[in-house]
Amino acid sequence: MIEKTATEEKVNSKCFEFVQEAGLSRRAFVQLLGTGLLITVTEGISIGQRSRGGGRSIAVAARVHLNRDGTINVMTGKVEEGQGPRAQLSQAAAEELRVPVDRIHLIMSDTGLVPDDGITAGSRTTPSTVPAVRQGAATARELLVRLAADRWKVDAANLNVQDGVITNKKTRQTISYADLAGSSDVAEAFKQSVSSDVALKPVSEWKVLGESVARPNSRDILTGAHHYPSDVVRPNMLYGKILRPPSYGATLQSIDLSKARAMKDVFVFRDDQFVGCAAPSSFLASQALEAVAQTASWRITPQPSGKELFSHLKEHARTGGRSSPRTRGSIDSALASASKVLSETYTLAYVQHTPMEPRAAIAEWNDGKLTVWSGVDGPQRVQGDLARAFDVPSDRVRVIVPDMGGGFGGKHTGEAAEDAARLARAAGRPVAVHWTRAEEFTWAYFRPAAVIECKGGLEANGSLIAWDFTNINAGGSAIDTPYNIANTRILSAGSDSPLRQGSYRCLAATGNNFARESFMDELAAAAGADPLAFRLAHLENSRIRTVLETVAKHFNWAARKKKVTAEIGVGLACGTEKNSVVAACVEVHVDRKRGQIKVNEVCEAFECGPVQNPANLTSQVQGCIMMGLGPALREEMQFEDGKILNASFARYLVPRFEDVPKIDVHLVKKTDIPSAGGGETPIIAIAPAIGNAVFAATGIRLRAMPMQNALRRQLA
Amino acid sequence: MKRIVSLTVNGVAHEVAVEPRRTLIDLLREDLGLTGTKKGCSIGDCGACTVLMDGVATFSCLTLAIQADGCEIETVEGLAENGQLNRLQQAFVDHGAIQCGFCTPGMLMVTTELLRNNPRPEEEDIRRAISGNLCRCTGYQKIVEAIQHAAKEQI
Repeated sequence: MIEKTATEEKVNSKCFEFVQEAGLSRRAFVQLLGTGLLITVTEGISIGQRSRGGGRSIAVAARVHLNRDGTINVMTGKVEEGQGPRAQLSQAAAEELRVPVDRIHLIMSDTGLVPDDGITAGSRTTPSTVPAVRQGAATARELLVRLAADRWKVDAANLNVQDGVITNKKTRQTISYADLAGSSDVAEAFKQSVSSDVALKPVSEWKVLGESVARPNSRDILTGAHHYPSDVVRPNMLYGKILRPPSYGATLQSIDLSKARAMKDVFVFRDDQFVGCAAPSSFLASQALEAVAQTASWRITPQPSGKELFSHLKEHARTGGRSSPRTRGSIDSALASASKVLSETYTLAYVQHTPMEPRAAIAEWNDGKLTVWSGVDGPQRVQGDLARAFDVPSDRVRVIVPDMGGGFGGKHTGEAAEDAARLARAAGRPVAVHWTRAEEFTWAYFRPAAVIECKGGLEANGSLIAWDFTNINAGGSAIDTPYNIANTRILSAGSDSPLRQGSYRCLAATGNNFARESFMDELAAAAGADPLAFRLAHLENSRIRTVLETVAKHFNWAARKKKVTAEIGVGLACGTEKNSVVAACVEVHVDRKRGQIKVNEVCEAFECGPVQNPANLTSQVQGCIMMGLGPALREEMQFEDGKILNASFARYLVPRFEDVPKIDVHLVKKTDIPSAGGGETPIIAIAPAIGNAVFAATGIRLRAMPMQNALRRQLA
Repeated sequence: MKRIVSLTVNGVAHEVAVEPRRTLIDLLREDLGLTGTKKGCSIGDCGACTVLMDGVATFSCLTLAIQADGCEIETVEGLAENGQLNRLQQAFVDHGAIQCGFCTPGMLMVTTELLRNNPRPEEEDIRRAISGNLCRCTGYQKIVEAIQHAAKEQI
């Protein structure tokens, strides 16, 4: 149960403080927000209770708090890393509370203040957290209406809510949320649980959801006033630098800390393999680290290198147990009876998320309690990790995630938080650890590399009757074929990954879709069929058919396919993942002499149910297309003997302005299903569409991502 | 030995004692508390740290603090006019040109220089001007649209 005092006052600071509040017997958390809003939450409450999108119930007070100025605090464990949950969840709350969206102060991702809505990942905000917030807001509204009805001794059915004002339709008597704020009966009422069957506004009546609401804290972003995790400063703070091994798996044998310890104002700390330096400036901390690094001796262990990556993955493929194939029909007899059988292998390099803000954290210990500000996707998860790492109860760890500089699935883990907390505890002062770009490239994790083996069997009439698909190492998302094929065998096999791998925007779905949609193109060519017609002939899923037909129409597929030359090709691809569907058509220019692929144009159609914020969704689709271009064409982690060889933006080539094609996005309307997330799936169609376009122009089939490199190998 | 650097940042004069090998970005962020300027790579690959030094877009991560001695520095914190977002900043909001926003200060500073020198840029001029700046979120197109819009309004 959570209680909040009625303390709300204007303040100027942007920091978070622990204070002893006058008149309260318990110490209170006070959050001084950038909006100039102060809220107080008494300590010792079970605020971190799990909501998980309406799973186990939470109190209304854990989700909604009325302020006397008519604004409303809404609490969520979700993290804003640029993809728009701050606007979207504010809209969700405003819709159900019947207030304009600018009345909502969304308090995000602070384990001291918000419920656990699960890690921000997997496109779960839209299908899980939006409903959870709407239920919380709708329950709050119903409770407030009931309170007003009780006060006026009328039936709640006679009351109406608009713009945060409850009106008796008969007497025109009114009372506002602001009037009710701080009253003891609201506090009592908000102890009730959020109702999971409270009526939510149907899509047809949405006023705030469905609108293109801008990010609520845009102004702070544009003026530089917003403090990202790497911008947070605490009194008496030091900057920390951590010693890194020269290669993966290397262990520290000996080191001499004395030279660094002799440096003025420098703090040096070693705990077995952990060595860190902290100083009042990041420059001095780096100087100290350099001094100790020169004295370190390491034991090196052999590591697999990039050139043997795919053979390594194949050799170590695990089958059986969880890695067992799913089958339908009889794949072996279907392949035996097919008039044509194709068998090809696709590969996928490791890539990295490279969010603009590398990992950053600042840690502060007070009376055995740890507070950490860090850019992580799951504040509650990292809270648990830190509690275990430092052997303290998790209620003595508070993790705060200021809106951060990008993630894309790459910040699920709290390495910088742990680094900072370790140094801060030893130094007895707050310590900030900001990873360098080279550290991020080397010591964060990567999207898994993969070997994907495909076999397909065609009947004489060109219909696809057999489909055998095995992904080694990358995972099983979107591995099932959406096509109607009678005999299939589908397997996601684990392996031994030479590099540390983890989540990424749409994770394995991109690789699985690349292989499937490229291979479908190969089968279409083998059947002598048009790629679009071949897909439609095998596709029953009406949602995929719709986006495919939509994109083909807008791109003018049939006409442009006839204009293909040896340099200019067009290609298409489609797919589904996380309950949304996507299709793309692209035009490429292939320069055979220079071995270059230039994407001239991308037309993409996307559908994820009712659109909650059209401008933001369009941004997500555009962003996915652009981000998807990188691993499709050029991005590839190069590594040898446990070292990353291209740990910089100069050598690891993410898309730049000069790579931007003409982008044409079509959001397909569909309102009779629940909304799905839209920040990931638009990435999966781009790579195969490019590969298919290159094939259309050149007859060269590129079966490896990144394809630019694959093309050069084939032309060499 | 530390050296005294005198510089003006967003119109405010500062005198700071700095170690000669420290960078301008560290002086701005760590000594003056102006954290609006971002560190994306520290080696001049991403453009997030761009500031204007005597009106010229400059990577503050590749500039030593002592090189800024006697210079006028402009950062993102100095762009708003009378507490209001300027045209360019407002255009970034209106056109959805920010997602995470970490690259935004650098984009704004480069574009500020562009629009001062070339108030009517073609799309190609805009793309060239910001070609050194990385964004990982937006797909770039909305940034170009925002700048085009701000340029139109300016005329």
